[in-house]
Amino acid sequence: MSINQDNNVTDFQQSLAALDVDVTYTAPAAFAETLASIVQGETIGVPLPFDSISQPEWIDTEVTPAKLNAAQTSVTPASLGIADYGSVVLDSTTDGAEQISLFVDLHIPVLSAEDIVRSMSDAVGHLGPKLRAGGSSIIATGPSATADMGALVKGAHGPKDVHVIVLTDETDGGNNE
Amino acid sequence: MSNAREEKAAKIRHLLETEGPAVEENTLGFNSGRYESVSKLSDYEELKTQARSIKEDAIERLPELIDALTETVEANGGTVYIADDAADANQYIRSIASENQAARLVKSKSMTSEEIDVNEALEEDGVDVVETDLGEWVLQLADEAPSHIVAPALHKSRSEIAELFNTTFDPDEPLETAEELTMFARKELGALIEDADIGMTGANFITADSGSIMLVTSEGNARKSAVVPDTHIAVAGVEKIVPTVEDLSPFIELIGRSGTGQDITSYISLLTPPVDSPVVEFADSNTAFADREDDRSFHLVLIDNGRLAMREDDELRETLYCIRCSACANSCANFQSVGGHAFGGETYSGGIATGWEAGVHGYDSAAEFNDLCTGCSRCVNQCPVNIDIPWINTVVRDRLNHGQDDSRFDWMYDTLVPDEESGSIDLQKRLFGNYETLAKAGSATAPLSNWIASQGPVRTVLERVAGIDSRRDLPKFKRNTLRDWFDSRGGCQIAPSSADREVVLYPDVYTNYVAVSRGKSAVRVLEALNVHVTIPAVPESGRAPLSQGMVSTASDRASSVFAALAEPLDAGRDVVVIEPSDLAMFKREYEKLLPAASYDRLSENSYDVLEYVYGCLENGGDPDSLRSREIKVAYHSHCQQRTLGLAVYTTAVLEQLGYDVLESDVECCGMAGSFGYKSEYYELSMDVGDRLKDQFTTDDAQSRTVVASGTSCGEQLDSLLRRSPTHPLELIDPI
Repeated sequence: MSINQDNNVTDFQQSLAALDVDVTYTAPAAFAETLASIVQGETIGVPLPFDSISQPEWIDTEVTPAKLNAAQTSVTPASLGIADYGSVVLDSTTDGAEQISLFVDLHIPVLSAEDIVRSMSDAVGHLGPKLRAGGSSIIATGPSATADMGALVKGAHGPKDVHVIVLTDETDGGNNE
Repeated sequence: MSNAREEKAAKIRHLLETEGPAVEENTLGFNSGRYESVSKLSDYEELKTQARSIKEDAIERLPELIDALTETVEANGGTVYIADDAADANQYIRSIASENQAARLVKSKSMTSEEIDVNEALEEDGVDVVETDLGEWVLQLADEAPSHIVAPALHKSRSEIAELFNTTFDPDEPLETAEELTMFARKELGALIEDADIGMTGANFITADSGSIMLVTSEGNARKSAVVPDTHIAVAGVEKIVPTVEDLSPFIELIGRSGTGQDITSYISLLTPPVDSPVVEFADSNTAFADREDDRSFHLVLIDNGRLAMREDDELRETLYCIRCSACANSCANFQSVGGHAFGGETYSGGIATGWEAGVHGYDSAAEFNDLCTGCSRCVNQCPVNIDIPWINTVVRDRLNHGQDDSRFDWMYDTLVPDEESGSIDLQKRLFGNYETLAKAGSATAPLSNWIASQGPVRTVLERVAGIDSRRDLPKFKRNTLRDWFDSRGGCQIAPSSADREVVLYPDVYTNYVAVSRGKSAVRVLEALNVHVTIPAVPESGRAPLSQGMVSTASDRASSVFAALAEPLDAGRDVVVIEPSDLAMFKREYEKLLPAASYDRLSENSYDVLEYVYGCLENGGDPDSLRSREIKVAYHSHCQQRTLGLAVYTTAVLEQLGYDVLESDVECCGMAGSFGYKSEYYELSMDVGDRLKDQFTTDDAQSRTVVASGTSCGEQLDSLLRRSPTHPLELIDPI
């Protein structure tokens, strides 16, 4: 990776730390093992669009409304990360990735380190053509939260926790956590 | 007090007691969060400028953008309905509900939907309307109106919400903590969302190029409302349209920071409806998402309701740039005390609400709370699109003064003396607006005038007729004015030929007639720095009439002030101003009142007196010529001085001279010119002042010498602390 991209990855991690959001860096070969150590309870997801990995078999990707309500964890792809904010971009898809990322207690977005951009305007620059082609996306930053009940509470209508997995290039060696 | 004033005072008193504590805690939290969050943005000012220019352009091109958006949404498979007013919008929305045989509609938070009262309209047809934003749901259960445009239930404490839930739902175990309340609400609302027939959202922005709506939320309810049911209705004012997706970027960066002080909210939804993702059909709970064939429908209801007329109105147009972030509410000292139930109209609250209410609901609604904007200007730098919110409040006040006539200003001179206003202006406003006339007469007859004014019967009449609160001390006029003193000592002691600089010291009304000693100090301080001083007769700046909404009088004063100063300016003299509210006229409001060249010339050559002292010291002036003392002071700068970024000079000069300075950080002292003298607002003014009092009565502050730059701040500190404040000039006066 370029030096700039290395900086983006480092700053993304720092932004997530400031939000108190966990992030784990993993090489593709260790992905399934890493994931297994993070998930909690019933886990659902959608197929992942990365060449180097795919969802482990024990993740249910045939999601129905009933399973959506029962699951505690979900694993879905993120198309971008934003270093300045610790945000991930979750695209809306016909297999329900957006919905699946929302109803659970723990959401695990999976992101390629190459897809971490520096700034909000970089991210919006990527989103422009996608939205003009009819797409929809969520820029998600940390868990669902509210302060409407007199104090900050996580998990208002969406996940209480977010744990980001960043796929590093196998040749970079990766660094866990 | 008159009945109307007593009624207003009673309403404010009630809110101060019941909602004040929760409002204060929450708005102060948002306000400090905003300062902290924007300080981390290296390009904050640039982002604001970008945001401003995108909105200016979008409103300029609005008709064209509405057409482009309509075409895009229709090409995407949605429908667009442009509603002239609330009734039109509701009729359309009811027809959609009826076609869908909708039993339940779930909503995410939308002020525009509050504006049109869509809930009530749908409920008439038997539709179960459920607010899914937790704060909005609390208000729906309590049958109350929002008190804040972003955090609608901000006036309610946790314990009040717990009591509401426990009474309404009678749970097995009474709910108590915020966590318990939130999880209870999530479960209840989750079940209601599951079998909803229609989801309704607002839209923070809509992009004409892609037909996308942007929603700024943290709970996730807007995401669920938009995509769980198969029918989505988005309700938004026409002003929400921006040309392209790329235009969203500065707003995404600014909106959360400006509002609740979060760098970004949890979710920025960018939906291009009808969306491709599957309907979450719990009645068919075993069909996999990937196997569904959904035919979603989307209706974008664009609301005019007065907006296109606002666009044609040169003074109200800026309101349409508003992105409803709430920064102007959170940074407003009066709002921090009473919240939106006093500082708001039918729908909107906070400083910018005056523009919205005048534009969408009419002037009667704006009249309810317009006085609560004191023009302190603290919101001006906080607005992410640089709207001059105090100016909008002034314009609306002016129109209200003239019989709620929203036609162009009547710039015609009225022969009425002493002001230039037509129509029947409230006596209280007229009295404060013509303060200079009062001061002249009061000074000419002092001390008799002071004695008469202080007598019980006179105060009673003043309170009854003009609403001047008898709990306030009135300013005591001096027989010998600053200009009299200056002439009698033979003018300036520094000859122009030997001076480093030449200035005109502006004799503001208060310094000339009441606080003469600070004026004398100014002369001696400037002379000590080898500055030649003149004090010509220059009229009142227009601040007093402007603050009462008397725009044409203020405009006339501005012209007279410029006429009196044009020659010294041409001669290369600087204009030095003691009273920050007058300097703010020269540097801010005169832009609206004078021709551009005149405004530029005066504003560029006008200085805050301590800013000028700072400049002299930086350019070789001798600090030993001023009085240095190693004493501790508690300094309260003036709201408008801080908005102009000039308060720093006073602190810098005092520190250079050895003073130990503790500075207050409240937005405003609460007096705000004439505001605190008005009987209906006296208690609010004192409540605002309490925050300053708290800062100046801590262990570290209570024995410090109190210093204030502004006239009315000084009066307020005097009554709050019973310690008479001094002006910074009097501290450093070499005599």
